[in-house]
Amino acid sequence: MSTHTLRPKRRHSTLATRRRRSALRTAAFMSPWLIGFCVFFAYPLVSTVYFSLTDYDGFTPPEFSGLKNWSFVFNDYPLFWPALRNTLWLVVVMVSCRVVFGLGIGLLITKIKTGTGVFRTLFYLPYLAPPVAATLSFVFLLNPGTGPVNSILGELGLPAPGWFTDAAWSKPALTALAVWGVGDLMVIFMAALLDVPKEQYEAAELDGASSFQRFRFVTLPNISPIIMFAVVTGIIQTMQYYTQPFVAGKVASGVMGGSGQQFEPGYPDKSTLTLPQLVYNLGFQRFDYGSACVVALVLFVLAMAFTALLMRRRSGLIQAGE
Amino acid sequence: MAQVLDTPRKTAPEAAPGTPDTPAGRRARRKALLNWIAVHSLGVAAALFFVLPFVFLLLTSLMSGQQALTRDLWPHPFEWSNYQQVFETDGFLIWWRNTLLYAGLGTVLTVVSSLPVAYALAKFRFRGRQLSLMLVISMMMLPPQVVVIPMYLFWAKQLDLSGTLWPLIIPMAFGDAFSIFLLRQFLLTIPNEYLDAAKVDGCGELRTLLRVVVPMAKPGIAAVALFQFFYAWNDYFGPQIYASENPAAWTLSYGLESFKSAHHTDWNLTMAATVLVMAPVILVFFFAQKAFVEGVTLTGVKG
Repeated sequence: MSTHTLRPKRRHSTLATRRRRSALRTAAFMSPWLIGFCVFFAYPLVSTVYFSLTDYDGFTPPEFSGLKNWSFVFNDYPLFWPALRNTLWLVVVMVSCRVVFGLGIGLLITKIKTGTGVFRTLFYLPYLAPPVAATLSFVFLLNPGTGPVNSILGELGLPAPGWFTDAAWSKPALTALAVWGVGDLMVIFMAALLDVPKEQYEAAELDGASSFQRFRFVTLPNISPIIMFAVVTGIIQTMQYYTQPFVAGKVASGVMGGSGQQFEPGYPDKSTLTLPQLVYNLGFQRFDYGSACVVALVLFVLAMAFTALLMRRRSGLIQAGE
Repeated sequence: MAQVLDTPRKTAPEAAPGTPDTPAGRRARRKALLNWIAVHSLGVAAALFFVLPFVFLLLTSLMSGQQALTRDLWPHPFEWSNYQQVFETDGFLIWWRNTLLYAGLGTVLTVVSSLPVAYALAKFRFRGRQLSLMLVISMMMLPPQVVVIPMYLFWAKQLDLSGTLWPLIIPMAFGDAFSIFLLRQFLLTIPNEYLDAAKVDGCGELRTLLRVVVPMAKPGIAAVALFQFFYAWNDYFGPQIYASENPAAWTLSYGLESFKSAHHTDWNLTMAATVLVMAPVILVFFFAQKAFVEGVTLTGVKG
């Protein structure tokens, strides 16, 4: 009798133990990230919200100030709206240039039959150039006085713009730099293009489709998810765009490093400002941590909105599921 | 240099060399030849756009300081001593050491801490897995500037670690979102049968991970290690925030920009230093390009 009552109980307890052990095991494997998530993401995010509501310069203790910083950033901080406008410009022009160019180079590489490996490497290499190094090179190449590009343009009798020293040309110069490093998109598009079923091309050819029609009605529909992916990740990268515009502005402005003069980002005339640079300017140059946190939160909302777009189930761009 | 960026290639149907020698066949062959010429000229033009900046960079790095300020394109004479001068610049070797420490140690820590997390996300079934994955992806997309103010206050004011690279290295021991995501994508491709077989043989999860999964996931681990190494090598914002006050803690990417500011008009030296910062990355790439490209495709497209 007693064994009868005991047995299910024991089975129940082993099941519970096993479950507990499995939960513990999961927690152990996940623990590096769980700690990292709490210490380096959740906690600082909550503090960012808190600091955005306080007056804080890092020396005197933070003092609650309500929405004062928010109103300052939106109404009185002279760099905020230019930075947002620049971001919009970069999203529209730079991202589309990169996608169009990346797709073009991807198409080209699938058509090249001789020396494919060499071409692919050459097209890909600039993507690897460290951003500071690449930016410095471009500031040199495009320097208005003696840079090789303007020398060549001059020889050809073409107008020689001021590039990184001219507010109208600094963003096009940054776009050229971004297009130069288009290797990542090239690889992604190349993989997608090679995945388009060959039969569809053959069928289109039998129907007498021209090569443009084949591109328009076979290639494009097949790779449109990848184009979407490139556009959305491009937008997210633009939100993070920091090193290139900061270094380009600083180097082109000719402000010396070290003590003395301090470089206010955006040279020339705020034309290279982006939102991340405002966090640096407010937090680490003006020591207005509260307002820096306001900009950080604006950045957070924008980045998360586009990430949500990327993860939307129906778009299937990043499938979180099985 | 031949088997670069290796991906399987499918050749499009085209006029084969063996087309019959009829007028139609000849026309098809001529068309194919013209097509070949057009495509390859376009390829050469594109290659020039991608390569010329490197060429100008190298040439300028070999000019004299005087000549770099002229419109000349070809160095005369070749000043190889520019490179020696860069190496003798105060701090340059220290920046190298710091960069290797940041990139090397950071990469090891990232791989070791991200692998078990990626394994759990790919192969365990537990409540909250989906949520964790979405949070990982969100963290991956987050600009580092969003949380930098509290993080800076934490490292600088509470732990007094500003002026060092530790605020950038230590977090890497707690999993990196991008690496976790990439590794998880890779581990999904490992069939469960291998894991089950290991468990039948009496391996626990940890043993299974180390003995069965790690050897099979080597390409994925290599890709993550490379990306992380490049990330640290290229990082400018991190060293700018935490190390700018102390030149002895600068990295190459950060030092390079100040090098330019210090050698204001010496474009030749700046370009030589730039070459020295670029070269290791490109060398590493040539040794490990397969893993690298695999990683690029894996992060994006495969679900």
